[in-house]
Amino acid sequence: MTRYRTALPYLLLLPALAAELLIHLVPMLVGSVMSLKQLTQFFIRDWSAAPWTGLANYRTAVDFDAPVGRALLDSFGVTCAFTVLSVGLSWLIGTTAAIMMQDAFRGRGLLRAAFLLPYALPVFTAVITWTFMFQRDTGLINHVLHDQLHLVGDKPFWLIGGNSFWALLTVSVWRSWPFAFLTLTAGLQNIPRELYEAAAMDGAGVWQQIRRITLPSLRPVNQVLVLVLFLWTFNDFNTPFVLFGKAAPKAADLISIHIYQSSFVTWNFGAGSAMSVLLLLFLLLVTAGYLVATNRRRGADD
Amino acid sequence: MPTRRIPAALALAAAIVLTTTACGGGSASSGSNSSPKTLTYWASNQGTSLENDKQVLEPELRKFEQQTGIKVNLEVIPWSDLLNRILAATASGQGPDVLNIGNTWSASLQATGALLPFDQATFDRIGGKDRFLPATIASAGAAGKDPAAVPLYSMAYGLYYNKKLFQAAGIANPPATWDELVADGKKLTTGSQYGLAIEGGNVSENVHHAFTLGMQHGTGFYDAAGKPQFDSPQAVAAVKQYVDFIATDRIAAPGNAEYAANQSVTDFATGKAAMLMWQAAGANLKSHGMNPDDYGVAPVPVPAGSSGPQATSSMVAGINLAVFKNTKNLDGALSFVKFMTGDDEQKLLNSTYGSLPPVKAAQADPAFATPELKTLAGVLSTGAAPLPQVASESQFETLVGTAVKNLLASAAAGKPVTEAAVKAELSKAQQQMPAN
Repeated sequence: MTRYRTALPYLLLLPALAAELLIHLVPMLVGSVMSLKQLTQFFIRDWSAAPWTGLANYRTAVDFDAPVGRALLDSFGVTCAFTVLSVGLSWLIGTTAAIMMQDAFRGRGLLRAAFLLPYALPVFTAVITWTFMFQRDTGLINHVLHDQLHLVGDKPFWLIGGNSFWALLTVSVWRSWPFAFLTLTAGLQNIPRELYEAAAMDGAGVWQQIRRITLPSLRPVNQVLVLVLFLWTFNDFNTPFVLFGKAAPKAADLISIHIYQSSFVTWNFGAGSAMSVLLLLFLLLVTAGYLVATNRRRGADD
Repeated sequence: MPTRRIPAALALAAAIVLTTTACGGGSASSGSNSSPKTLTYWASNQGTSLENDKQVLEPELRKFEQQTGIKVNLEVIPWSDLLNRILAATASGQGPDVLNIGNTWSASLQATGALLPFDQATFDRIGGKDRFLPATIASAGAAGKDPAAVPLYSMAYGLYYNKKLFQAAGIANPPATWDELVADGKKLTTGSQYGLAIEGGNVSENVHHAFTLGMQHGTGFYDAAGKPQFDSPQAVAAVKQYVDFIATDRIAAPGNAEYAANQSVTDFATGKAAMLMWQAAGANLKSHGMNPDDYGVAPVPVPAGSSGPQATSSMVAGINLAVFKNTKNLDGALSFVKFMTGDDEQKLLNSTYGSLPPVKAAQADPAFATPELKTLAGVLSTGAAPLPQVASESQFETLVGTAVKNLLASAAAGKPVTEAAVKAELSKAQQQMPAN
């Protein structure tokens, strides 16, 4: 009986483990195998016939003097800058809004619901609306900036050229700050009111309360929130794809779109897989580094 | 209790493993006739909406069912998904029996080996190769190989011009050469109105025009051995000529550089632009309220005094009908192809969709005798060339189309687009082609 008792938890975990293997590990392994093959349209009907190329796909991807590697590096740089700005701004706006909504006032429920709207809208509908707004000649953005406020001399382009980066950033922040707001609002519910009352009694101002009570109490929430936002933003495919189509301008060429183009649009699945594996390794590294760093800091604080 | 769970857990694990292996292997079997009573048909979106396509096609499929007893399950697939769905079907071996493909994909898909080759015997079963226009057959697969599909709906580019605006500017005839087009365009460009509208943010439109201009300058973007030649002096001249509509001629609005949702058609229909190079714009213009009497259609201009391939004024555009090699109903699939390419269906479907029948006998029908379609039919039979029918065609479309889009974006931002800049952008595109 005891032997069964030790085995039981593992047996109960087995279905979950099998599902995990099936959904996550198998595609990763298949992707890794594909990255070692020269998998073009000539072989997709029968993958096993595709010739092995060893690390050739990886060498092409990281050869930064050649156009393919150069383009991948540029795309990686754009994605990093985009992610840092988008996560930073989403977090900042989300935190500010959550703290301002902390105390009850008339109309708070309505405002909260309105804030969550971008998060609740279907991605495609929301982003296609932005596409219309960003159009140069007929879009709302230029109408406001140029026709109404006269802030810019000549109507700028938003969907092509350098400005496309800022257009993409705007849409991304608009889409992800409600999530930060929602998570932090939940986190704020756990902070005991007495702490604020005691702090107010001791003469702490609003800023001091935020710095000494709110932010430290939110740390565990923030730790997860920033990580999740980072991973989502870094891998975001829908927003740039709907905004720019399959050929994104250079300034907004996010890595997920870039890899899609390198594999699906140009039918070179081996090269695309190699880039995906590199991306996976990078994200694993960043996530592990982040978790170690934040956990160590928390340990030091305790 | 726990003893009973072990077999259950094992059974579950085994079931999961079995399902995975069953999905995993893409079987490379070829056609059979093991399910002769049904067919699955993937149709591309030709009508105003997916729903509209269903309304057009369902009655025809019922006709086919009455004739043969074969039930056809229809799925209309939007263009944005079609190629990915075909690739997924190819990789898994689980696909439709009969499907529509963009004719420019023919050689690329042919290389996968997923489509049934139409050799002499197969052609005989659907009524013969000679029933189709030669140019449309040439865009159904690589030269020297059995076509991977048969043409279904055909189209060609024409120059649409606004008669009223031409009259107001004192221009009697549509331009026949590029010099005339630029001169007319300048006359027609006045403040809020431009001479020409182009769809500069649309990669496919860009590459179609780059290809036609390339042919006129003497390059098909590939050499005779099938090697890419994207940055040859002829290709540079062709692309520069297109970009110059915005950059130096200034007959197209800078805003056109970001058009990717058919805004150029809207601009033409609303009189914001006097000319448009498009395939079968008629139905589209009508939906924007433009009367067929308000515009004329002429062949796209060519260089003065050109002949032969240099007088190419359009690509061969269109949709092909292919049979998936893995079909479980080969005989049924071929009878369906025969039905769809028969004279009656060709007349009915092409006139509904505003396209031209690639079948010669059907094209003679009065339904296709409108001025617009007569001009386009003339282009298709004498002035159209197929896009390169090579396995790497889709890379060519993406890379060169994107290069043109980038150049148009620079031109629209007011940066000078020199020959060197065009060459650099095209060289970059060429270097991204796979080595072999």
